[in-house]
Amino acid sequence: MALRQCAIYGKGGIGKSTTTQNLVAALAEAGKKVMIVGCDPKADSTRLILHSKAQNSVMELAAEAGSVEDLELEDVLSVGYGGIKCVESGGPEPGVGCAGRGVITAINFLEEEGAYDDELDFVFYDVLGDVVCGGFAMPIRENKAQEIYIVCSGEMMAMYAANNIAKGIVKYANSGSVRLAGLICNSRNTDREDELIMALAAQLGTQMIHFIPRANAVQHAEIRRMTVIEYDPTHKQADEYRALARKIVDNKKFVIPTPITMDQLEALLMEFGIMEAEDESIIGKKAAELAA
Amino acid sequence: MSALTREETEALIQEVLEVYPEKAKKDREKHLAVNDQSIEQSKKCITSNRKSLPGVMTIRGCAYAGSKGVVWGPIKDMIHISHGPVGCGQYSRAGRRNYYVGTTGVNTFGTMNFTSDFQEKDIVFGGDKKLAKLITEIEQLFPLNKGISVQSECPIGLIGDDIEAVSKKAAKEIDKPVVPVRCEGFRGVSQSLGHHIANDAIRDWVLPRREGKPFEGTPYDVAVIGDYNIGGDAWSSRILLEEMGLRVVAQWSGDGTIAEMEKTPYVKVNLIHCYRSMNYIARHMEEKYNIPWMEYNFFGPTKVAESLRAIAALFDDKIKEGAERVIAKYQPLMQAVIDKYKPRLQGKRVMLYVGGLRPRHVIGAYEDLGMEVVGTGYEFGHNDDYDRTIKDMGNATLLYDDVTGFEFEEFVKKVKPDLVGSGIKEKFIFQKMGVPFRQMHSWDYSGPYHGYDGFAIFARDMDMTLNNPCWGKMQAPWLKKPEAEAEQKAA
Repeated sequence: MALRQCAIYGKGGIGKSTTTQNLVAALAEAGKKVMIVGCDPKADSTRLILHSKAQNSVMELAAEAGSVEDLELEDVLSVGYGGIKCVESGGPEPGVGCAGRGVITAINFLEEEGAYDDELDFVFYDVLGDVVCGGFAMPIRENKAQEIYIVCSGEMMAMYAANNIAKGIVKYANSGSVRLAGLICNSRNTDREDELIMALAAQLGTQMIHFIPRANAVQHAEIRRMTVIEYDPTHKQADEYRALARKIVDNKKFVIPTPITMDQLEALLMEFGIMEAEDESIIGKKAAELAA
Repeated sequence: MSALTREETEALIQEVLEVYPEKAKKDREKHLAVNDQSIEQSKKCITSNRKSLPGVMTIRGCAYAGSKGVVWGPIKDMIHISHGPVGCGQYSRAGRRNYYVGTTGVNTFGTMNFTSDFQEKDIVFGGDKKLAKLITEIEQLFPLNKGISVQSECPIGLIGDDIEAVSKKAAKEIDKPVVPVRCEGFRGVSQSLGHHIANDAIRDWVLPRREGKPFEGTPYDVAVIGDYNIGGDAWSSRILLEEMGLRVVAQWSGDGTIAEMEKTPYVKVNLIHCYRSMNYIARHMEEKYNIPWMEYNFFGPTKVAESLRAIAALFDDKIKEGAERVIAKYQPLMQAVIDKYKPRLQGKRVMLYVGGLRPRHVIGAYEDLGMEVVGTGYEFGHNDDYDRTIKDMGNATLLYDDVTGFEFEEFVKKVKPDLVGSGIKEKFIFQKMGVPFRQMHSWDYSGPYHGYDGFAIFARDMDMTLNNPCWGKMQAPWLKKPEAEAEQKAA
């Protein structure tokens, strides 16, 4: 099987890292050879696989050694649950330096050092919530991730972010082979969440590849720095991640997304009762004026 | 008078514009003009200080070049850190020939390159800690430095390093001024914004340092502003001012020190040579300290005498007499220079393309030698520069702003000047075309050209370039026409 490279995007705090690691654990359990590349200066994309607080990142090690050229692949690559290879790009603390450049440097390093070997089935890039600059689009540039999965929920801002990410994908899809492969709904227990995300997916021209229900088991496992798959393989939540993994293995629906306008998105939210119709007569009116 | 008529010059501009695509043509058209002395405001005939078009081979520099290379770099007793990757500092190191007195590496640092040598990790993690460490090391290794300036290269602005905070902290630690300068190269359309940013940094971080401190002044205190002492220019200027009885308190910034700059707010008049790069600080000092400023021109004996008298007019009779004495002393010497070189240079035509003040200031020096400037332009001038140029240039001469490589070559081919004065990037192109050329940024490793002493060197240099026998040997012997050979034999 040829190597498939996938990138996971989505609004900050939506559960990208948790979902990715549980998904990857399920893939490993099914015998797939997988690597995770964390593209976030927080470096928390591999902790559940490695049972560690935060893995030593490429940029941290490069800073210690002098430059990235002084590093060897084995310095930055750790192997965790199910033989999953883990790398964190790393980066600066908030407020200094350039985290985007860190992602670019780290991914270039992995390529040059031959981290993407023939034995791998999957590489997953777990990318910082907001694609704030070119650096965080690095995983979807040419010859890198070809499948993008967006983690979202039925909340307005999560859907707004998903639509924005779709816009970014269009830019790179037209110049390369990157495609939107589906929305992963990480449930927040909002009303008719599955229908809403399915409707959004339809408008974006893609699919809701899986609906992951909310379950405390995920948090229980996370406290122990483990995935549900490893912590409690018999739990029904583990089966959800296994189902997601299976769907991704079998996935054939790769599209250039058709992002929607703000008006269309608002219409969708109104249809599902998440947003009320705008009353234009009250815009810009102060409380005193409205009372009069 | 120019050899070309107004109509011919206009036609030449149109001909040169012809090759451009429509949009580029429309833009470049505004930067090319035929001089008309009757115009009062240059904005009516020429556009300047605009972004260069991509692909035209502009000759401009960047904001870092304007700050580090021009304004700050020559301050000799400070250490100027090129903060960022190594290239900006190293490739501009010592290139501008700002002469200074001192022991390099001990109490002066002008020709040295200090850089934070940014690596990938510094971009990703930020360079503030490295900068702080660098300042500490500088202080240990070069304890006689009188202060430090941090000249930002592009990445500093991109990654948002807080060089102000580092500078403030370091200044306390080493008890010397540490001046952060936000002159990232991508700012502005040319080096001109770098001059402005550098001036502002001096305003904010240097001038206030001696406010309210005692100063033993005299009524004759002046500062020379905007002389970078290229090839010793400021020295040959300063002696004239001193000879006429003035006290030069500060030189900005050629062979200058930070102490001189700090004392400048106490002078009676600021004398501005390069208006473009330092008018900002002169205006600031006028506003805040009530110090008048005036522009002067020390190129060629006519302009020198004119300027000395104009400067003296601001002072009492003692200085006025001093100015006359200086002029009378040097006039015979200058006449001897003119008598020697004018016959060899009379009627020769010059085209210039330089920066700062030279496109207009050197016109008088050429005229003193009987030469004529038939085309001139500024790399990074503004409207106020062209305002000052229109009167100095003859009618129907060419004005070109931010000239492109193509335009400049075509103009020279058609106007056929006897001499071109521009920079190192233009030098070899024109020399290969068989046109005598002088570098007018660096004085072609000669100088000084300012003041009376400078004029003697200027005249000699122009003569040795123009009348060099090599220009008669531009054609290979086997390509010479037989008739010409026959004529030669006959003669």
